[in-house]
Amino acid sequence: MTAPSTLLMLRWLIWRDLILAWRRRADVLATLFFFVIVVSLFPLGIGPETQLLRKIAPGVVWVAALLASMLSLGRMFGNDYQDGTLEQLLLTPQPVYLVALGKAFAQWLVAEVPLVIIAPVLGVQFGLSENTLGVIALSLLIGTPVLSLIGSIGAALTLGLRAANVLVALLVLPLYIPVLIFGAGAVEASVEGIGARPYLLLLGATLILSLVFAPWATSAALKISVE
Amino acid sequence: MSNRRINWYKYAAPANFYPLAGKMIPWFTVITIALFVVGLYVGFFVAPTDFQQGESYRIIFIHVPAAWMGMFLYVLMAVYAGVGWAFNARLASMMATAISTTGAIFTFISLVTGSLWGRPAWGVYWVWDARMTSTLILMFLYIGFISLQSSIDDPRRADRAGAVLALVGLINVPIIYFSVQWWNTLHQGATITARSFKMAPSMKWAMLILLAACWMYSIAVVLVRVRFIILEREREAPWLAEVAA
Repeated sequence: MTAPSTLLMLRWLIWRDLILAWRRRADVLATLFFFVIVVSLFPLGIGPETQLLRKIAPGVVWVAALLASMLSLGRMFGNDYQDGTLEQLLLTPQPVYLVALGKAFAQWLVAEVPLVIIAPVLGVQFGLSENTLGVIALSLLIGTPVLSLIGSIGAALTLGLRAANVLVALLVLPLYIPVLIFGAGAVEASVEGIGARPYLLLLGATLILSLVFAPWATSAALKISVE
Repeated sequence: MSNRRINWYKYAAPANFYPLAGKMIPWFTVITIALFVVGLYVGFFVAPTDFQQGESYRIIFIHVPAAWMGMFLYVLMAVYAGVGWAFNARLASMMATAISTTGAIFTFISLVTGSLWGRPAWGVYWVWDARMTSTLILMFLYIGFISLQSSIDDPRRADRAGAVLALVGLINVPIIYFSVQWWNTLHQGATITARSFKMAPSMKWAMLILLAACWMYSIAVVLVRVRFIILEREREAPWLAEVAA
């Protein structure tokens, strides 16, 4: 029996993760509601002055997206590690790079795309223009896959450790900082009326870099953690 | 094997490296103290008063060597960790663990002294310019490396996981170094390039001597720390029973 093609394996992996996430919809929705609540807390805490809200909106939305994405990282490999599926996935003839890539993609679809969709709606709370709402969605669309990919490195390194959640935050947040700077910078540029294109292009560059290198680092980390 | 050639690879074994390190430490300690005394004297008493900044500029003699050491030690740590991972050499990984603490301390010193210098020189303790932000990220990377290694019980898994983290974070060091060229923000541009030295000779000497002093200090301290790490990790080994007795 010949080994299935790499593309087939990737599709199977992503589909499996999506089905499993669907069966535990509550976890997914909890992350989304966390994002909504955190973003809504800031206007409540800081006050309704429109000028001020417009200035803080880029940072608030992006930091909340970072934190929400970090919350969902434990789910990426945790369940499979506990029931032994991860070990089996590492033993397949297909490269482990695919496992890392597929898992990061599935996690992005499940945890981040809802953020991308709901963030512009939340942006209305801050009194932002439609142009800026569009830039929020676009910057998150380009930036959140990077968060999933870099987060997968942290998730793989901390598999099965005690206090893994806090440790993942410590490892992954410094690596998230460039994405935060470019993403929030894009929205800020749009709020100020200057073009967001340079920042979005830089975000695109980080996306391409992480698409190539992050699954490689994740697969190395997986092999180390599962040993 | 010829009697005239040293087999360097034998020092890759903790049992052989332990006494070698023990012999090296006193030498490096003496050189460190000498260089620090000379460097601090030149920096604080011989170098002239700055035209614009007065006496407060002298903190540069601590700030710049500390910043350089923070960056270089990170690269060295990543290289050692990578070697330990690729060649399955546990002494290299022990060296990486030993270097991490010293590197973190130097980075912390550079952040604090830079902040203290910023107040009289620029009027603020902190700005979010490219170099300061990326040095802060370097500090976080060190802390992440140290906490990752201390939270994994199996030493070899800890070594390899630390290696992955150190190598992933290696991209940050060129960013710190080139940030003053790529972004036009608060930090001054490169004063010391391969071609010219744009400061007074005594200032240049003070900085170089203190940089050498920091290197000697790092070597001495890392060797002491790696000896302790060897004692801890090799405690079941038979050679240790003879040495520790």
